Amino acid sequence: MANLVSHPDEVKVVSRRFGQGATNLDRYLELDGYKAVRKALEMGPDAIINEMKASNLRGRGGAGFPTGMKWSFVPKQSAKPKYVLCNGDESEPGTCKDRLIFEHDPHSVIEGAMIAAIAVGAHAAYIYIRGEYRYLLEIMQKAIADAYARGFCGKNIFGSGYDLEVYWHGGAGAYEVGEESALMESLEGKRGIPRIRPPFPAVVGLWGGPTVINNAETLASVPHIILMGGKQYAEIGVERNGGTRLFSLSGHVERPGVYELPLGFNLRKVIYEVGGGIANGHKLKAVVPGGSSVPCLKPEEIDVALDFDSMMKAGTMLGSGGIVVIDDHTCIVKFALRTIQFYRHESCGWCIPCREGTDWLSKSLRRFHAGAGVAQDIDNIRYLAENMLGRTFCPLGDAAAMPIIGFIKKFREEFEAHLDGRPCPFGQHAASALPVLSH
Amino acid sequence: MADVTQNATENVTLTVNGRTISAPKGTLLIEACKQHGIEIPAFCYYPGLSLQGACRMCLVEIEKMPKMQTACTTPIAEGMVVQTESEKVVQARKATLELLLANHPLDCPVCDAGGECELQDMTYKYGAGESKFIDIKSHRDEQQWSPIVFYDRPRCILCYRCVRVCGEGMDVWALGIQNRGQGSVIAPNKGDSLDCEECGMCIDICPVGALTSASYRYKTRPWEMTHVGTVCTHCGDGCVTTVGVRRSETGSEIVRCDNRDRSGINVDFLCIKGRYAYDFAANPERITTPLIKRDGKFVSATWSEAIELVAAKFRETLAASGPQSIGVIGSNRTTNEENYLLQKFARTVLGTNNIDHHRTADFPSFARAIAANKAQTASMSEVATAPAILLIGSDPTEQHPLLAWQIRTAVRRRSSRLYVVNANEIKLTRQASHIAKIAIGTEADFVSYLSGNTAAAANLGTAPEVLEKLRDALSAESGLIIVFGPELRGEAIDALVSYGSRIGAKFICLADYSNSRGAADMGLYPDLLPGYHAIAGSSRSALAWASKVPATPGFDLTRMLDGAASGAVQALWVVGSNPAARYPENTAFSRPFLVVQDMFLTETAQHADVFLPAAFAYEKAGTMTNTCGDLQRLKKASDVHGVKSDFEIIIRIAEKIGADVNELVPFRGHTFADAGQSRGAQSGEADRNAVFTEARGLASRTSPLDPLITLDEISKLVPGYAVSRLDLAAGNMQRTELVQIEPAGIPSHPEMVEPAGNALFTSGTLGRYSTTLNSVVEKHRNAIEPIEAD
Amino acid sequence: MKFSEQLEARYSEMLTHYPVKRSLLVPFLLYIQDEFGYVTDDSIEEIAKRLEISPLEVRNVISYYSMLRTKPSGKYNVQVCTNICCQLRGGEEMLGHVREKLGVKVNKEVTSDGIFSVEEVECIGACSWAPAMQVNYDFHENLTPEKIDQILDEYRQKAVQE
Repeated sequence: MANLVSHPDEVKVVSRRFGQGATNLDRYLELDGYKAVRKALEMGPDAIINEMKASNLRGRGGAGFPTGMKWSFVPKQSAKPKYVLCNGDESEPGTCKDRLIFEHDPHSVIEGAMIAAIAVGAHAAYIYIRGEYRYLLEIMQKAIADAYARGFCGKNIFGSGYDLEVYWHGGAGAYEVGEESALMESLEGKRGIPRIRPPFPAVVGLWGGPTVINNAETLASVPHIILMGGKQYAEIGVERNGGTRLFSLSGHVERPGVYELPLGFNLRKVIYEVGGGIANGHKLKAVVPGGSSVPCLKPEEIDVALDFDSMMKAGTMLGSGGIVVIDDHTCIVKFALRTIQFYRHESCGWCIPCREGTDWLSKSLRRFHAGAGVAQDIDNIRYLAENMLGRTFCPLGDAAAMPIIGFIKKFREEFEAHLDGRPCPFGQHAASALPVLSH
Repeated sequence: MADVTQNATENVTLTVNGRTISAPKGTLLIEACKQHGIEIPAFCYYPGLSLQGACRMCLVEIEKMPKMQTACTTPIAEGMVVQTESEKVVQARKATLELLLANHPLDCPVCDAGGECELQDMTYKYGAGESKFIDIKSHRDEQQWSPIVFYDRPRCILCYRCVRVCGEGMDVWALGIQNRGQGSVIAPNKGDSLDCEECGMCIDICPVGALTSASYRYKTRPWEMTHVGTVCTHCGDGCVTTVGVRRSETGSEIVRCDNRDRSGINVDFLCIKGRYAYDFAANPERITTPLIKRDGKFVSATWSEAIELVAAKFRETLAASGPQSIGVIGSNRTTNEENYLLQKFARTVLGTNNIDHHRTADFPSFARAIAANKAQTASMSEVATAPAILLIGSDPTEQHPLLAWQIRTAVRRRSSRLYVVNANEIKLTRQASHIAKIAIGTEADFVSYLSGNTAAAANLGTAPEVLEKLRDALSAESGLIIVFGPELRGEAIDALVSYGSRIGAKFICLADYSNSRGAADMGLYPDLLPGYHAIAGSSRSALAWASKVPATPGFDLTRMLDGAASGAVQALWVVGSNPAARYPENTAFSRPFLVVQDMFLTETAQHADVFLPAAFAYEKAGTMTNTCGDLQRLKKASDVHGVKSDFEIIIRIAEKIGADVNELVPFRGHTFADAGQSRGAQSGEADRNAVFTEARGLASRTSPLDPLITLDEISKLVPGYAVSRLDLAAGNMQRTELVQIEPAGIPSHPEMVEPAGNALFTSGTLGRYSTTLNSVVEKHRNAIEPIEAD
Repeated sequence: MKFSEQLEARYSEMLTHYPVKRSLLVPFLLYIQDEFGYVTDDSIEEIAKRLEISPLEVRNVISYYSMLRTKPSGKYNVQVCTNICCQLRGGEEMLGHVREKLGVKVNKEVTSDGIFSVEEVECIGACSWAPAMQVNYDFHENLTPEKIDQILDEYRQKAVQE
């Protein structure tokens, strides 16, 4: 079980029940559990969606789309059943926050999904948890069973006359399934290949029905918003970025861990105060601030507010809130290689630029890092990555290309230092390399 | 994918590359552009198959969209402003090609697809000639998946066309996609091999050389071949197949057949036979010199020796025993002109009505039933757009692959309803909205039930509510096409046509061979003249030469064989048919003077006194009529030294007998040059010369060996065959109709109908000489575990 | 082909989750794997039959998901993460240590006694507690070579006792 950490700067909303034994339904009820869903039933769909819009809650999966607006896209009338789908396929390297929610507060996800369902008029909600998180799936299975046992889910919930089924669903190992349309494919028992959009899931989703898909943290935030009110939640954060986020802090910091901080919190403070600074007395070299998919920031760029808009302005992205701190003893080329190997392994292979691009980037970077690079490689790698950008079938291609472009732009001299047969200046040769996925 | 343009009436106007274009609302951008001559490249997009958005080649810039969009998934919208060749777009295409080529083996000089490769063409257009990549390409060994299909993963660009055409198009679903990322492969359904219909659709649809066929791979370069679009010689559906030929020592060699000519009634479709079962042409057992039997053994002869012997024997027999002592058996695979000429020769020169063929459908009954209702037969093309189809009997997947494809297309793309009434659980029930499984042999009872005789339901063994639902649903259909197999004959056909006429249905009567319908229409019957004029009827006078025809019906096939056995028939002439295989016990074949025209020493030909080596469909010109009545032109594709077309053989025999050839084939002038047959393989895909000369009335009709002169006569004299030669020359199908003057007088003999029993991998006697078909039959036989081991 | 009672119960329960039965495929394949050690040919045929899809379809799906395998692994499949956060904190060295200790060289190799297999895996969601690995479904985090030795020894003992 993952360790919990704490810091005075934290504002605990989503994490307020962490370590409180809230997997137990009675305990969850003591801690205001299932109050929000009752309130939501009284409020009705329009009021819920208005509250969500007022909260300025933006999707916690990475794209940061305003949640209230997403829900409002679901047509009121639909010939086909509507669904809510919780995306718990947390797989973005550097991100381990949903894990804590499922581990410590599974009912908050159920409750959030139920509120979403009530808001859009859905009568079934699915909670998809990645395959590697088997122990969390088991926690969730029990939580759902407990909720059913009390009559919180199923027919006529809380005597409201509203029927709402909640189901668990497990994955089996695929980063790509975190993409919402691929997630639906996976839930339908297929290969996790994204769908052509439009139509968007809100109109044509699971089994053809309108579907709301939200990240687990997004849904876990919903009951709190309903209870405290959207406006108050919005005030925790900054303009257009309401509330708090669970930031997964990892890499070369003294105190890695998952911290809940208000949006707009300063990145430098996260690293040097919350995280206790760079470990082993080393110096900061770079930080990847939003999960592996985003361009890195150099030490001189880290005085930036952690919200979707400020990060965009800084040339990177808030992403999934995974902050990976890299010290000055690290070879950036090696780090880039490991990053691209991940995307190569996880590319679904559907479209040409992503499938071939991640493979060739991986091949080139591996050779390059091993000391067989030629000067032209640096520009070729950048050319390749830039030609994937914005052209792939889904955002995975962008996710693979953006960090690579960032590393070359910001650390070109480190790439050049690998040229002319010189060994890696850090003596860090790739110890392992993932082979082609095969069975 | 639904036909989005189907019900659209509204037009949308947009701007592409500065040009204003418009197309029906709902049209995909890539299609709208294509309609206006703006080509947007794509690998994965294929009209009629589901959308993928995978290859990213069709990315275009659309104003107000931050990212480039795939033209193949974007429906057009009013006021849309599109750039399809901007610098950004061109660079994206180039980069995608660079990536594809990075791992592509670039073995183009030996690749089957070299010269016909979409990847080559696009590289040629968009550059990417210089590789930026120096790393090692990923390799996987080539795999053979079936007697037909090979897969070369490194060449594969993963456009998924093969997967979709196999699944969505063929409803076989034998190909999948496995692994992911760079490890992705196309995978066959049996791990390392395919269990499928071996149609080869996946191979033809492959834009590169990743899927290749055992029969063609590494055989030639595409530009070494001449391509001639002609009509398939196998089943009765009439697919156009493009024959690729090249010169060889024996004349010319067929190197492949494929679906290059998508203008045929089959558009995208061909089955295993249309694609690969041409190889019998080069079977070493093929006979290419005339043979004369001397002392029980065949010895080679010259054509003049053989023809003179036949003519002499025929003359002798006529003189000694009269016209009744000669019998003629025609073919289901020869052309309309040959069939017409054969019966005209038999009737006017030999003076006998002893002529018949292997009947696989009861066309006379169908003709009689339909006669009063003009335009009630449906074409093959209409099936694909029919809102509803009733299929009684037959198993089109096995026996009529194109028809099955058309039916699936209607269901898949137009949500048409399919009603299946069958004694077996045929594959098409998967597409059916209503299924009635009836007892074997009760198809006629079903028709009777449909016609209102509810008591007939008792014989069907089908739940009454199933029948009722089906009947009620049918009666609500408009635009129904009724397709029926040889299970229905005689009065049952009358009853069915009468039922269908009340609800405005159209009909298709299924027969088994490429020109079964033509053989029937051309009068290869002892009691019917071309156009189903009864021998004894008064309407026969419509045929100019009918005055010379005896007014009494001749012997049918069984009676001819009886006559041969008893000695009443002293000379038997078998053209492209193998009755001895159907009647193996019958010893009649060895008794009369037997002349056989064929490609091989078949069971029948073994008994021949004279064997005349014949050309087959791809080696001659003419027309054939498919089972729906679609008339199409055969173009001569290949040539084998030594053989002659059946048409020429008949003319040569006629000439030697002393007949007036000009009366048989009304050619002008007296030259004997081979005008019609000589263009052959040099004519190219569209016979431009023919189109030109036909359009200007300049077509030379100077040789009795030009079958198109006979077509002129057919179109003048045979009811329902008034076709346009110009349209035919341009490669278009022509509809024929079953129009009779005296329908009541058409005699029919349902008991003479004997279905060929061909399946997907068999094709009568001809199929047995196809190595490819044999290898597939063998594979499938081995795949079925023997019930008893001995 | 028979599933255990427990697996059958799981199947029956999951069937009730979805309007289309094939939807249970992905998680159920993992349960099949738990029962048989890998997704066997027989179970592919069986599940295909039950869900009315082709075995090819099932294989297409299996080959997509990295956790599903069609060959046996060790009794304890040691999955060491070497993705960026683990890499920064010694993930590759941990993988090297596990391989050396268990005497395996190539990815997914099974030890000769069949007790362990070692797999290099992508991010398992233990970034803040790196380096980390999973043994079957159990997480082991903040690894050091000493900690790994202790963990592997415990598993070995467990395997021997069973």
